[in-house]
Amino acid sequence: MNTSSLLTLLLILGLLSYYLGRKKSLAVSNGNRGQHRLHSLPDYYGYLVAVWCLLPALVVLLCWNMLNTPLITHAVSNSLPPEVHAVSPVNAGLVMGNVKRLVATRSIATETDPVQKAAAEKYLDLQAFSRIARTLVVLALAIGGFLYGWKRVNPQLRARNQVEQVIRGVMILCASIAILTTLGIILSVLFESLRFFHAVPVHEFLFGTHWSPQTAIRADQVGGSGSFGAIPLFVGTLLISAIALLVAVPLGLMAAIYLSEYATPRLRSIAKPALEILAGIPTVVYGFFAALTVAPLLRDLGGMAGLNVASESALAAGLVMGIMLIPFMSSLSDDVINAVPQSMRDGSYGMGATQSETIRQVIIPAALPGIVGAFLLAASRAIGETMIVVMAAGLSARLTVNPLEAVTTVTVQIVTLLTGDQEFDSPKTLAAFALGLTLFILTLILNIVALHIVRRYREQYE
Amino acid sequence: MNKTTATIRAGLARRYARERRFRRFGLGAIIVSMLFLFILLFTIFSQGVSGFSQTFIKLDVVLDEATLGVGPGATGEQLRNAGFAKAISQSLYTLFPDVSSRSDKRNLRALMSSNAPYRLMGIVMDDPSLLGQTYSGWFLADDDIDTYLKGHVDRSLPETDRRLKDQTLGWIDRLEAEGRIEKRFNTEFFTNNDSREPEQAGILGALMGSFFTMLVTLLLSFPIGVAAAIYLEEFAPKDNWFVDLIEVNINNLAAVPSIVFGLLGLAVFIQLFGVPRSTPLVGGLVLTLMTLPTIIIASRAALKAVPPSIREAALGMGASRVQTVFHHTLPLAMPGILTGTIIGMAQALGETAPLLMIGMIAFILSTPEGITDPATVLPVQVFLWSDSPERAFTEKTSAAIIVLLGFLILMNLLAVLFRKKFERRW
Repeated sequence: MNTSSLLTLLLILGLLSYYLGRKKSLAVSNGNRGQHRLHSLPDYYGYLVAVWCLLPALVVLLCWNMLNTPLITHAVSNSLPPEVHAVSPVNAGLVMGNVKRLVATRSIATETDPVQKAAAEKYLDLQAFSRIARTLVVLALAIGGFLYGWKRVNPQLRARNQVEQVIRGVMILCASIAILTTLGIILSVLFESLRFFHAVPVHEFLFGTHWSPQTAIRADQVGGSGSFGAIPLFVGTLLISAIALLVAVPLGLMAAIYLSEYATPRLRSIAKPALEILAGIPTVVYGFFAALTVAPLLRDLGGMAGLNVASESALAAGLVMGIMLIPFMSSLSDDVINAVPQSMRDGSYGMGATQSETIRQVIIPAALPGIVGAFLLAASRAIGETMIVVMAAGLSARLTVNPLEAVTTVTVQIVTLLTGDQEFDSPKTLAAFALGLTLFILTLILNIVALHIVRRYREQYE
Repeated sequence: MNKTTATIRAGLARRYARERRFRRFGLGAIIVSMLFLFILLFTIFSQGVSGFSQTFIKLDVVLDEATLGVGPGATGEQLRNAGFAKAISQSLYTLFPDVSSRSDKRNLRALMSSNAPYRLMGIVMDDPSLLGQTYSGWFLADDDIDTYLKGHVDRSLPETDRRLKDQTLGWIDRLEAEGRIEKRFNTEFFTNNDSREPEQAGILGALMGSFFTMLVTLLLSFPIGVAAAIYLEEFAPKDNWFVDLIEVNINNLAAVPSIVFGLLGLAVFIQLFGVPRSTPLVGGLVLTLMTLPTIIIASRAALKAVPPSIREAALGMGASRVQTVFHHTLPLAMPGILTGTIIGMAQALGETAPLLMIGMIAFILSTPEGITDPATVLPVQVFLWSDSPERAFTEKTSAAIIVLLGFLILMNLLAVLFRKKFERRW
């Protein structure tokens, strides 16, 4: 039985056990001269029986589905003849990949290699066995759970408290998914990065100035030896981010100041939603705009001024990224400026200061921590932004700070390394994870510092 | 007038000038931002509107037995093998009887899109009584013709620099004079899947892929997000290290670059748990993790806005804490929670980068029918098309962006309406 029909069946069983549990609670209480002797409302007895029926079965189903493929792969891989493993671990991986393809495309009959054919058949056998076993185990648990829960229904059973305990547990589990996600990110990226650093030393990655990840897959191929010095990528990322921030910070900050201090309610009611539209446009649209409109425009303008502007210049990507960040910067600054107490403004006006003097000498210094926090968050956004640079920035790693030339960034390289066709274990793909780790750590530090500053600042005026 | 007042007076003009300058800077910043928004939207729309129309050519196709090889009463199997391509070519040769050489004939056939025979086959299969008669109808023209008629080809260039030769241009002129060529609204853009031929490419597959991905995301992120928010806002003990850890993580995840979630999906969901690549299932899982912080933060704000008196009244009547939340607090907070969810889903709908990592970038010809079929999504389709070298794909890309923006605007309007209709001030 496949997962969806099994789930449907479980749902029906769950509804049935709710109904039967509720019915039994009424029956037992009537036996005890009236409903008031029940500890909880009859519904809760129904819920409790349904929980007994569904919870163990669903947990087992989930675990089974998660572990199914890895375990079968492992078993089949181990059953491969030893000479396959003897060649190299990579070879076994390739064979397994082929076996999976055979299974997925149902083309076992046409396979000529007897080893792979046998392995694919074994894979299919195990899969069929696993499916039958899963159905039996899950259904047995559901029915067994129902019987247990149903038997326990009696007027003294504290059904409501137990149901509420389960609800609480589920909610805690949902809340901890945030922790699990962070953990998952750290572990997956760290694990693959460590394997990368076995092949390429850390200092070479962090301080090398030459990046060309093209490696020969087979020994007899002609190809680059593959060098993984990430400095050009870091410089490229910083260059584009700096251009973006140069656009976004003054514009966003001034827009926020004007909107919160000067603008009439009418202008505010037009400008704020318009900025929100700017924030809601997907990055792939900005990327398209940068690559097809801004970059050619800049190249032509540069040509007229006698400058040689690359068609994938850092300037185009940075400029458009800056536009994307304007609403982000302005809404964050708007929040912090509005949090400055009115009494501070009034004090300044009372001393005879003009509005702009008040803003520059009172409000901005008071809001400075919040503005710095907003700046750091915007910087973290700029560093991690992917689609704009993938579409508008270059691919070749060049160590330059000239905004008119094409540079590449960390995120562009991650996408390029992982969207091509190659097996998972080559240093090329692992390099993407090392870059991902660097990106994650960098943005993590920026975010934590920024959130800390913003929070401290908010508390100051609360 | 004493000396101090005099000094202040003297400086006033300068200070007021500075004040005006500052104001103008602020207004300028807003105007520049608006201008950017306007230019962006204007470019996309002006390029994209023409993407919804396509050039069609009217052909009179003779569906006789001599051309097709099948006569009236043919079975479906026979029709599938019938010579519809020949019928299309014949109709072109009758329009231009003077074309005789082999290469000229090939150029003539290139006027039509390669899917014309399949369209004709579909028409005949729907109505077999057409067999033996002459069918006259509109068929897609090749994208080069389309690009020319939309004014993107300069006729004054020397012939060798053009994709369309003088001969073809002459044919187009004749077709135009006879009223056999015109631009019509392209319904195939909404009913076709991706294609290497720009004139045949459509967004149906991407739309369905987006739909299934959003379905998975919504079904997972809404219940999990709301449950997490309820726990953190209503039940979590204060000053508990575990709760603090959760909060720090949620705030931080909201700011982690989206591409990192793609790496997580690749390493954990695909490599470790063997979830099939390129499917809406794995896409939905990754987007769920990305959307959760948004939904949790919005739901917590909505729960916090429900006044404590509601809770106190319920508790005073003897309700348990769980009953208080589920019978009173949660229903009152629901409009805010739904608004936050819609905004989170709108973000997920426009997300591209993490989906590239998990293989939703493949060239897929069939419409996905479930969450485990290989699929692509609308923003990734935009990315794929924008990478194509053909000029005709540019307007397709813009048209797809218009559809995407249309959905996003719809969702945001829905969120605003929700907020307006159900917003309560306590």
